[in-house]
Amino acid sequence: MLTRDEVFGVLQTVPDPEVPVISVVELGVVRDVEITGRHITVTMTPTYSGCPAMREMEADVKAALLSRGADSVEVRMVLTPAWTTDWIGPDAREKLRRYGIAPPGKADTGGFVTLTRARPAVPCPFCGSAETRLQSEFGSTACKAIHTCSACGSPFDEFKAH
Amino acid sequence: MAAPRHTAVANPLAEYLQRLGDDRLVLGHRLSEWCGHAPILEEDIALSNMALDLIGHATSILALAGAVEGQGRDEDALAFFRDGTAFRNALLVEQPNGDFAVTLVRQFLFDAYSVLLWDQLSHCGHEGLAAIAAKSLKEDKYHLRHSSEWVVRLGDGTDESHARTQRALDTLWKYTAELFERDAVDDAVAAMGIAVDTAALRSLWDGLVNDVLQRATLTRPPETGPRRGGRTGRHSEHLGHMLATMQSVARAHPGARW
Repeated sequence: MLTRDEVFGVLQTVPDPEVPVISVVELGVVRDVEITGRHITVTMTPTYSGCPAMREMEADVKAALLSRGADSVEVRMVLTPAWTTDWIGPDAREKLRRYGIAPPGKADTGGFVTLTRARPAVPCPFCGSAETRLQSEFGSTACKAIHTCSACGSPFDEFKAH
Repeated sequence: MAAPRHTAVANPLAEYLQRLGDDRLVLGHRLSEWCGHAPILEEDIALSNMALDLIGHATSILALAGAVEGQGRDEDALAFFRDGTAFRNALLVEQPNGDFAVTLVRQFLFDAYSVLLWDQLSHCGHEGLAAIAAKSLKEDKYHLRHSSEWVVRLGDGTDESHARTQRALDTLWKYTAELFERDAVDDAVAAMGIAVDTAALRSLWDGLVNDVLQRATLTRPPETGPRRGGRTGRHSEHLGHMLATMQSVARAHPGARW
């Protein structure tokens, strides 16, 4: 039967359905793995509450483990602690940048919303310039915002700090 | 069928959770009505994303409400197989989309309330609700920033956008007081460790709203004739029309899966 390390190895091959350059493990949604005989329980945490990709991820995780010898797989969704982009590691951030998505900055946990708060410019993943501006807080998926680079003229996605 | 009043009081926690869930379900559906109609592509995407978040929050809370109720109703049963009189949303969120200013002002007034409420509930004594609150708070902060910025842009924009935004504010204002009302259900859940300091919430909301209205060069309307009833199932005629659309597929094909 698969060991815990092997299970994590398999999950490392399951891509995020919307950002396929990083795996569900690199995304930080896999919180725990429990193995009881040939039954595997994977504890996951959703990225965004209404993200349609979460069901895809759940199905992909099950399919990957079943194809590697598990008899049954249960995915348990937990909400706490709430998922944060701070769980995305340095290697995965670099993968995002090379893919053309600006990686998330440090998640801002404190305070409410103030319109006057200065937002640090998000560096362009293509040319590195900080001369960029926010186009929209909401991009093609819940986790992304759209920016434009004034230096190289490229529009680009930012993986929002969350 | 509407839940009889005594049932609701018999399970105040289920009732309270339905209020929270219904606010988000109804507002989420309202936002989804913009899909394909928003004035610019980015805004179409933004409103759809916000709708998804709100419906996601509603899913979590109504699932919890169903479990607490213990009658075998899941989040889908609560969303699609209750009639309007059984809905517990505040009247504000069921108001029709109107023009873009109405949608964004309604969103702003609710977002400001929702962010402050989640912040309080994330520290409440019910583990499941606190987890949903902490999760939802992160997402609602984006919504509030987005809707605040639009209110400022529209209010402090052209004569036309200013006039329309002020009109939206004047129309919707009478529905805001209901968000801060407290009744026997709130008292009962407070005894279970889910106490919301309504006065503190109202005062923080006033500060936040006043700041944005001032930047938007809009005038805060006077407090006259507050409208209430949503929390006890007395809704405007708009909810029925909305639910007829929202529930039609589920009711035509009960038990369908895809």
